Amino acid sequence: MFLVIMLNKLKMEWFGNVKGDILSGIVVALALIPEAIAFSIIAGVDPMVGLHASFCIAVVMAFVGGRPAMISAATGAMALLMVTLVKEHGMEYLWATTILTGVIQLLFGIFKIARFMKFIPRSVMVGFVNALAILIFMAQVPHFVGISTMTYVFVALTLVIIYVLPRFTKAVPSPLVAIVVMTIVAILGGFNLRTVGDLGEITKSLPIFSIPNVPWNMETLSIIFPTALGLSIVGLTESLLTASIVDDMTDTSSNKNQESRGQGIANMVVGFFGGMAGCAMIGQTVINVKSGGRGRLSTFVAGIFLMFLILVLGDWVVKIPMVALAGVMIMVSIGTFDWSSLRTLTKVPLTDTVVMLVTVITVVATHDLSKGVIAGVILSAVFFAAKISKLDVSAKESEHRTVYKVKGQLFFASVEDFVNSFTFTEKQDQILIDFSEAHIWDDSAVAAIDKIVLKLKEQTSAEVKLTGLNDVSEELLQRLATYNKPNARASAH
Amino acid sequence: MYQKILLAVDGSEHSKRAADHAIQVASFIPQSTVEIISVIDLSKAKTEILHGELKQKRQQALEEIKSCFEKKQIAHQLKIERGDPGPAIVAYANKNNFDLVVIGSRGLNSLQEMVLGSVSHKVAKRVHCPVMIIK
Repeated sequence: MFLVIMLNKLKMEWFGNVKGDILSGIVVALALIPEAIAFSIIAGVDPMVGLHASFCIAVVMAFVGGRPAMISAATGAMALLMVTLVKEHGMEYLWATTILTGVIQLLFGIFKIARFMKFIPRSVMVGFVNALAILIFMAQVPHFVGISTMTYVFVALTLVIIYVLPRFTKAVPSPLVAIVVMTIVAILGGFNLRTVGDLGEITKSLPIFSIPNVPWNMETLSIIFPTALGLSIVGLTESLLTASIVDDMTDTSSNKNQESRGQGIANMVVGFFGGMAGCAMIGQTVINVKSGGRGRLSTFVAGIFLMFLILVLGDWVVKIPMVALAGVMIMVSIGTFDWSSLRTLTKVPLTDTVVMLVTVITVVATHDLSKGVIAGVILSAVFFAAKISKLDVSAKESEHRTVYKVKGQLFFASVEDFVNSFTFTEKQDQILIDFSEAHIWDDSAVAAIDKIVLKLKEQTSAEVKLTGLNDVSEELLQRLATYNKPNARASAH
Repeated sequence: MYQKILLAVDGSEHSKRAADHAIQVASFIPQSTVEIISVIDLSKAKTEILHGELKQKRQQALEEIKSCFEKKQIAHQLKIERGDPGPAIVAYANKNNFDLVVIGSRGLNSLQEMVLGSVSHKVAKRVHCPVMIIK
């Protein structure tokens, strides 16, 4: 019974939308070519590395991904992380890193780390996409600034075609048309422009299995592990963000842990086939869904058709002028940037804006998106703790007793305020501490209560009582508190 | 006349005004029904995920519009579509033989309108029945 349901689900995911999936897959493959090449160039590797990677990742993810219709391939976010490693250690190490990235992501998936993604606040996500856009744009600058007037003209023309053509037809992706037109113009006009071929080789070949030629020892691990960990975090961040976008667009749900495991498997495969690590692509995925892609078949077709195009068109790809490619990448960065974040900059809480800006600045300074995410998450956690640690203690004195009413969350960040709210000079017979609007969270809180109760007992003659504790707080207090034990004394903490 | 009315809304102030006019028209015509269509723009999916408050705002506006219809006791139905707003509204209006389409003159974002052209303009041009554009 269970098997039948599984098979039916699989059948729906693969063949529930055959026509739409094939067409959208073809559109995505066409749109993928320039990006895969450009991202290879950003990483400092041959265009074939990115193209092979995109083919492998898309095909593998079609089978093992957790979000049907999502497009995964070689991406800019990942490429940016590889630059230093490639420059200092070379290709073999990149492949080993890619495999290790896959292993880490697979483990993330198995141990269900994906659920911790909910701890990445929206402001960090906004910072992530904005920083990514800025870095992709900055990577294009050397391709057209300060070379000749002609390079500016080419970039401008490319952008005009990209943005104006969709007003007339949406049948073919306009970036691809722009690339074809600009390549023809460059060849016929005999302009002396740098081409893709000048930066690397395009071989009309399928990816071949090989084991990275690195010494498999601790030294290698210490070289590749930091990069692999960064890649894993960045890959999952972008993929899970993209998955939620697809969930929203199609009003369906997806399995984020399966997505993480799938990406791990895909990256391990890619590493053994001479490709670079990749992840989901926001832009391409949106194109896919908008073009009618809904099932796994769309991702599969995108990968297969991409490879087919390279085998057929390999000779032409090397003739693409770099400036045209830079134009396409400028469009990609404009599309990646979250423009509404500029509009809401002054409307959202200041702390959100600060988190977003810190994320962006960290990334732009380090060229490492994972560092930005980590900085952003830590900063938001600190802000959150600061906000929630506001504790209010009010004292009400009557003839015979004083009642302290505690309002708020009592935990490590708020205990100082809590302790400072007491004067220890009461003359009454009874002191009541009312916790009915408070919650006790950790041992710091319990220790603070201990300290107060014992000090009150020592310095006043009153009887001290705690009231209104909720069950969880009560239990924590029972377990950890010492004030009610015999011989208890106020400790130094 | 105007028995089947289609009201296209996107949650903007203009679309709330359009709703007021649709209510007025419907209240003059006995047995008329209004179908409210809201198209979730797929190109804005990324923005909506990154800025959850936008989605909330849209849903709130839809609730507001619906409660206006309930208050005036106008027969109505809500239809949510996903896709490109202009073409989606046109396709739905033409397929279901509406007698009248009511739509606000502009939506939430004037910059995108400049680049892509306005939805109301597309609808007015391609829908087969009369179209009422509320300024």
